[in-house]
Amino acid sequence: MNLHEYQAKQLFAEYGLPVSKAIAVDTAAAAGLATAEIGGDKWVVKVQVHAGGRGKAGGVKLVDSAAAAEEFAEQWLGKNLVSYQTDASGQPVHKILIEACIEFSQELYLGAVIDRSTCRVVFMASVEGGVEIEKVARETPEKILKTTIDPLTGAQPFQGRDLAFRLGLSGAQVKQFTQLFLGLARLFHDLDLALLEINPLVITAAGDLHCLDGKISIDGNALYRQPKLQKMHDLSQEDEREARAAKWDLNYVALDGNIGCMVNGAGLAMGTMDIVQLYGGSPANFLDVGGGATRERVAEAFKIILSDENVSAVLVNIFGGIVRCDLIAEGVVGAVQEIGVEVPVVVRLEGNNAEQGRAVLEKSDVNIIAATSLSDAAEKVVIAAGGAQ
Amino acid sequence: MSILVDSNTRVICQGFTGSQGSFHSEQALAYGTKMVGGVTPGKGGQVHLGLPVFNSVREACAETGADATVIYVPAAFCKDSILEAADAGIKLIVCITEGIPTLDMLVAKEKCDRAGVRLVGPNCPGVITPGQCKIGIMPGYIHLPGKVGIVSRSGTLTYEAVKQTTDCGFGQSSCVGIGGDPIPGSNFIDILGLFEADEQTEAIVMIGEIGGTAEEEAAAFIKTSVSKPVLAYIAGVTAPAGKRMGHAGAIISGGKGTADEKFSALRDAGVKTVRSLADIGSGLSELTGW
Repeated sequence: MNLHEYQAKQLFAEYGLPVSKAIAVDTAAAAGLATAEIGGDKWVVKVQVHAGGRGKAGGVKLVDSAAAAEEFAEQWLGKNLVSYQTDASGQPVHKILIEACIEFSQELYLGAVIDRSTCRVVFMASVEGGVEIEKVARETPEKILKTTIDPLTGAQPFQGRDLAFRLGLSGAQVKQFTQLFLGLARLFHDLDLALLEINPLVITAAGDLHCLDGKISIDGNALYRQPKLQKMHDLSQEDEREARAAKWDLNYVALDGNIGCMVNGAGLAMGTMDIVQLYGGSPANFLDVGGGATRERVAEAFKIILSDENVSAVLVNIFGGIVRCDLIAEGVVGAVQEIGVEVPVVVRLEGNNAEQGRAVLEKSDVNIIAATSLSDAAEKVVIAAGGAQ
Repeated sequence: MSILVDSNTRVICQGFTGSQGSFHSEQALAYGTKMVGGVTPGKGGQVHLGLPVFNSVREACAETGADATVIYVPAAFCKDSILEAADAGIKLIVCITEGIPTLDMLVAKEKCDRAGVRLVGPNCPGVITPGQCKIGIMPGYIHLPGKVGIVSRSGTLTYEAVKQTTDCGFGQSSCVGIGGDPIPGSNFIDILGLFEADEQTEAIVMIGEIGGTAEEEAAAFIKTSVSKPVLAYIAGVTAPAGKRMGHAGAIISGGKGTADEKFSALRDAGVKTVRSLADIGSGLSELTGW
C-alpha cells in the first residue's frame, strides 16, 4: 500500500525529521488560504498522486501568490496526472500539497528498501539526488552508497556517520544526517515499510538537511497490525476493478487484450497469459482465483472479467490440487448460467477429478468449449476470440 | 537418495489441531509420511489424528525425535513459530502459510541461517520426495518416484511441471516449492546445490517468475557449480511493468528482474529454457535424450 507525499511527511514530522511547513487541501479556495497560513511569499504546490515523475508532468509548480496557488489547484483537482511511472490513464488528483518554499544549494538522494538478494533492509544514498537518480545508478553505480541493516540489531549510529562522511558532509550535517538515518530506520521498522524514499534530500541555504519529498510504501502483509496506516489508504489511487476483486480475495490486474483469463495460482495465471500470447492472442487480464475456488468466487470472477468490454472470449485454466475439478466445473457452469455469459468460454481442468469435471462440462447445456491440454486451451481460446492478432 | 526429506524423516506439525493443519496432516499420513506428532500450545496431552499433541516444539522433539516441522499457523504468529522451531534444534522447517509480514521474515530467516536450520517457504506448497515423504499442500497423486529434481517459486506451476514429468515417465527425485515471497527461507541456489549433490537427481527443472533477481543469481551459480542438465521456465513475459513508486526498487535491482532478462541470463549459463509452460516435459526429453 502506498502513501501520498503529504502523509509521508506527516509521519516524518512525527519522527522528528526536518520537513517544510505544509498544508494538504482539496479545494482551490483552501489552496489560497493555505498560502496565508503558511506565510512567506513563495510556495511550492504539488499534486498528490501515488506515482513519481510529477515534476516532469507539470504536477509541481513554484507560485508567488495566493491566486496562482488557487489557479494551480483549479487546474489539477479532479484531473488525472500521467507520468512515466503511471499507466496511460494516469492517477486521479484529489489533493494538492501547499508547502513553504525552501532555498537550497544541493540535492541528495536517500532511500531504503527491502533487498531480496541480501535479505536485509538496505539504505541507499547519493550526492546526485534529483530526477536523474536512476540514470546515475545505471551509469555510475559507484555513486550509490549503500549500508545494510542487520535485522537482529537494527540500524546503528556508526552506519549513519559512515554514510554521511562518504557523502562528503561535514560539521553539524554529519550529526543531522545520522539522526535522520536513525529516525528513518526506526520509522521503517515501526511501520512495516517496504519502501522509503527522500528525493531530494536537500542542503538548505543555511546548510541544514531538509526532506523536500517523501515516498512511503507499506508491506501489505503487515497492514493488519498498522491500524493508523490503514486509515491513510486512498482507494481512489487504485483501479476500481482491482479494488472490487480484492474484496473477494481475487487478485486481478487489467490489461489491454481481449482474452479474459481465470486461473488458480499467481504463477500459473502468468504462465497462462504467456501461453495465450505464444498462440497469437492477447490477454485482457491477470486473475488469480486462489486456492479455494468456490462457485460464488468463480461467479464474481466472471463478472469482473466481463465488466471489461474488450473481452471476446474467456479462458478458465484450473489445476485442481486439493480442490476437486468436478466441483470447479459445477461452479463454472452455474456461474455461466447465472450471469448469462455470452462470449465463448474455454475451460481446461487438470488434476484432482479432472475427468469427472470434464464430464460435468460436457453434460451441461451451456456453451463451454472443453480443452484437453494447456496448448489445446490456448489454441482454442485464441480462435474463439477471433484468431491470432 | 533424495533431498531434504525421505521415508525416515520424522515430521511434526505446528498448528496441528487447526483446520489447515488437520486437513493436510491427514493427507500427509495417507501418503505415508512419517508424521510423529503435532504442536498446539494449550492442547498438550491430547491425541489428534492418532498422534500426540504437545505444548511446545522443544517437548515434541524430545518425545518424538522429530527432525522436521511443517507450519500451518496463521501469518501473524509464524515468526514466533519459526523461531520456536529453530530454538528447539529442529533441522528442517517448512512454512506453508502465506501473508507473513516481510520484516518478520527478515528476522526469522536470519535466525535460521545463523543456527544452521534449513527453512523452506513461506507461502509455498512444501517439499515432497515421491513415494516417501510429503510435507505440504501439494496433491500427492500427481507425483512419481524418479530422476528429476524440481524447484519452483510458484505452487500451481510446480504441479504443472510435476504432472508433465510424471506423464513422460521420468518421475521426480524431490520437489521443493521455495515460495513466492520477497524473502524466502531457501532460495534457488540453496536447492540447486542440494540437487547437484544428490545421486538420484539426473536433471533439474527450475521454475521462476518475474520480479527480484533470484533467477539471475541462480544462473550465475549454475554456470560455475551445476553440472547436471537444467531446464528453466519463467512466468510473466506478458506481465505489464505496472505502476510504481519512486526509484528505490529500480536502483536496487539494477534493471534486472524482467522475464527476458532472466531467460537470457539462464541461457548464457547453459540452461535450456522453454517459453511455453506446456513444453517442460518435451523440453526435458530434448535436453537429456530420454
